[in-house]
Amino acid sequence: MNTELTGIILTFVLTVLLAFPLGKYMAKMFAGERTITDFMNPVERFIYRIAGIDANKPMNWKQFLMAMLSINCLWIFYAFFLFLNQSHLPLNPDGNPDMSPDLSFNTAISFVVNCNLQHYSGESGVTYFTQLFVITFLQFVSAATGIACAVALFNGLKHKTTENLGNFWSIFTRAITRVLLPISIVIAIVLAFNGTPASFDGKDTITTLQGDTVNVSRGPAAGMIAIKHLGTNGGGWFGTNSAHPFENPGYFTGMLELAAQMLIPIALLFALGFYIKRKKFAWMIFGIMTIGILILAVPTINWEMSGSPALHKMGILQSNGAMEGKEVRFGAAFSGFWSIMTTVISTGSVNAMHDSTMPMSGAMQMLAMLINAFYGGCGVGLLNYYIYIIIAVFIGGLMVGRTPEFFGHKVEAREVKIAALVTLLSAFIIKGGTALAAYYFTSHGHADWAVKPEAWLNNPGSHGFSEMFYEFTSANANNGSGFEGLGDNNIFWNLTTGLAMIFGRFLPIIGPVAIAGLLAKKKYVPETAGTLKTDSLTFGVLTFAIIIIITALSYFPPLVLGPIAEWLG
Amino acid sequence: MKKYILPSLKLTLVFIIICSVLYPLLIAATAKLSPGGGKGETVSVNGKVVGYKNIGQKFTDDKYFQGRPSAVDYNAAGSAGSNKAPSNPDYLKQVEERIDSFLVHNPTVKRNEIPADLVTASGSGLDPDITPQAAYVQVARIAKARNIPEEKIRALVDTSVKRPVLGMEKVNVLAINIQLDQLK
Repeated sequence: MNTELTGIILTFVLTVLLAFPLGKYMAKMFAGERTITDFMNPVERFIYRIAGIDANKPMNWKQFLMAMLSINCLWIFYAFFLFLNQSHLPLNPDGNPDMSPDLSFNTAISFVVNCNLQHYSGESGVTYFTQLFVITFLQFVSAATGIACAVALFNGLKHKTTENLGNFWSIFTRAITRVLLPISIVIAIVLAFNGTPASFDGKDTITTLQGDTVNVSRGPAAGMIAIKHLGTNGGGWFGTNSAHPFENPGYFTGMLELAAQMLIPIALLFALGFYIKRKKFAWMIFGIMTIGILILAVPTINWEMSGSPALHKMGILQSNGAMEGKEVRFGAAFSGFWSIMTTVISTGSVNAMHDSTMPMSGAMQMLAMLINAFYGGCGVGLLNYYIYIIIAVFIGGLMVGRTPEFFGHKVEAREVKIAALVTLLSAFIIKGGTALAAYYFTSHGHADWAVKPEAWLNNPGSHGFSEMFYEFTSANANNGSGFEGLGDNNIFWNLTTGLAMIFGRFLPIIGPVAIAGLLAKKKYVPETAGTLKTDSLTFGVLTFAIIIIITALSYFPPLVLGPIAEWLG
Repeated sequence: MKKYILPSLKLTLVFIIICSVLYPLLIAATAKLSPGGGKGETVSVNGKVVGYKNIGQKFTDDKYFQGRPSAVDYNAAGSAGSNKAPSNPDYLKQVEERIDSFLVHNPTVKRNEIPADLVTASGSGLDPDITPQAAYVQVARIAKARNIPEEKIRALVDTSVKRPVLGMEKVNVLAINIQLDQLK
């Protein structure tokens, strides 16, 4: 056995060991207790004063969501306008052009919603100005939005009866000043010292050893790559994301970037336990999620290490596993593990091309995004899991024949309706979108778009279907990775996935925050012997079963048409 | 409504200054101390820059170690993988052609000695490395093309293989080729 698996296990263990104290710190910090970052107090007071914010003003769930939606709305317009006019703005040493209106629409939404689906290539589609003033900025604030909404949920769960979910502005600000920014600075500096460019110089032209003249794209990338992982954004500076040797120069930076994307989602689980003083509940969620991830990751690593059956038939040496679309410095096992972590966590940064992974590895990546709640994105992973919990509480309540309760609040029709709507809507967006795309591909192949539908797919047969299904799955899950063979920079994909991203972001935030607000308002019912214990193993298993059943019922058909059909050959 | 719009606007401005101006400037300034000064680490031969340490380049000549197939032909103005599916018949034909071509250029090599990384495109199209097997399998060809004993080149590969504590064993193609040019 080589060191491949050691690297994976070490990355995971070290991340959890770091996430635990970070979670404890975040719980204290968001609760307003004294922490080591109190030296930021004057800075934050200054920010509140400039922005005219009363940071202590309580907000109910409606006010909280209004504040969150207003500022997010503003960012979409800001980003759209800048992408549209980027060639006229400074910091464009490579002379890159403006984005088309439909691409601007897609890209603006993509970064506001923490999805980072990219229908352009970083080297040629954006300028240093938009990389920094739009993309890096949005990578910070969209992650902070997610964290703020998770903290709203914490507040709803913490108190027996309350209307106050916390002050959005203040939680949002502290998520940046006291979590995202300091950790990003550390990661960015480590990356820069390991070979990632960080200066403002434009493309270089060199003559290679053999005498060819080539260009080399560069830029102030290190800072963006740090927050792209820490904030579970995933959008790359360069076209091939973290497979690019500047964006991810070695195995060590690979471990660092992987750890960075897992860090906050896991820390938030521990933070939940400390914040609401129910550590057992948090450990139970952590355990269930980790088991879910192992079920996805272990077979994927195995498929990638075993290599491509078709290449085995050709009789060549595949002792290093399936290498198409992978980099030698990462290898098959680590790339397979990364592909699952980046899809469960909704980062969507890739260190290998998912389009070229084995068929069933592709199925696992899709499942990871369809479930979207094992650790999940910055803050939103927990919100998604909360939806599954509400459904589990409801079904569990029906099973034992009592009105379902969660943490002393009766879960009634209104909350369950919201939870069901959020779950069903994903299935509608993903399958409806894929069906529409398949219809255009088969029936309107010649439509006069930037990429004609007949030229969309890079691979024939079932895998071509997978490319379309993956794109909608990724857009709806706000993941942002892709089967990148898909010719997606045209009006159809830009508009449809743009809409899928908006709905896929805000409904799964509005829903859980609304439920948390509605429940917290209700009269507190003390636990009795007959109450369903939500921190028990039984309940954990029930939630897990609910997740599997909902996902299987919703998505089995498209998975059969795509990766499973390809696998069966 | 105004209650939310004005703070949104002002807070946005504050964070643009923090995240898009101060933060990148801080990182750029710190990176000046790093090897390469934050501009990417270059490699020079006789004072002339011949490439970037981390960016792979194209070698087609028989007398050089060759890297992996690239979807962008090693022009780092952009980057791309092939995005071919393992089931794609055109792709499999292409791999078959690469194997045939390799066997023509390396007549002493048997099919089952060709490592997969030499006939599959990398993720970025700029992979600077190959596996040790991929380096050893090219030794005989290079020895013949350069008229240098095989043992000498094999010894060069032995010293060029990086064996990190964690991670993959690999050979940097540009680095080994520079050393190859210096072999007598």
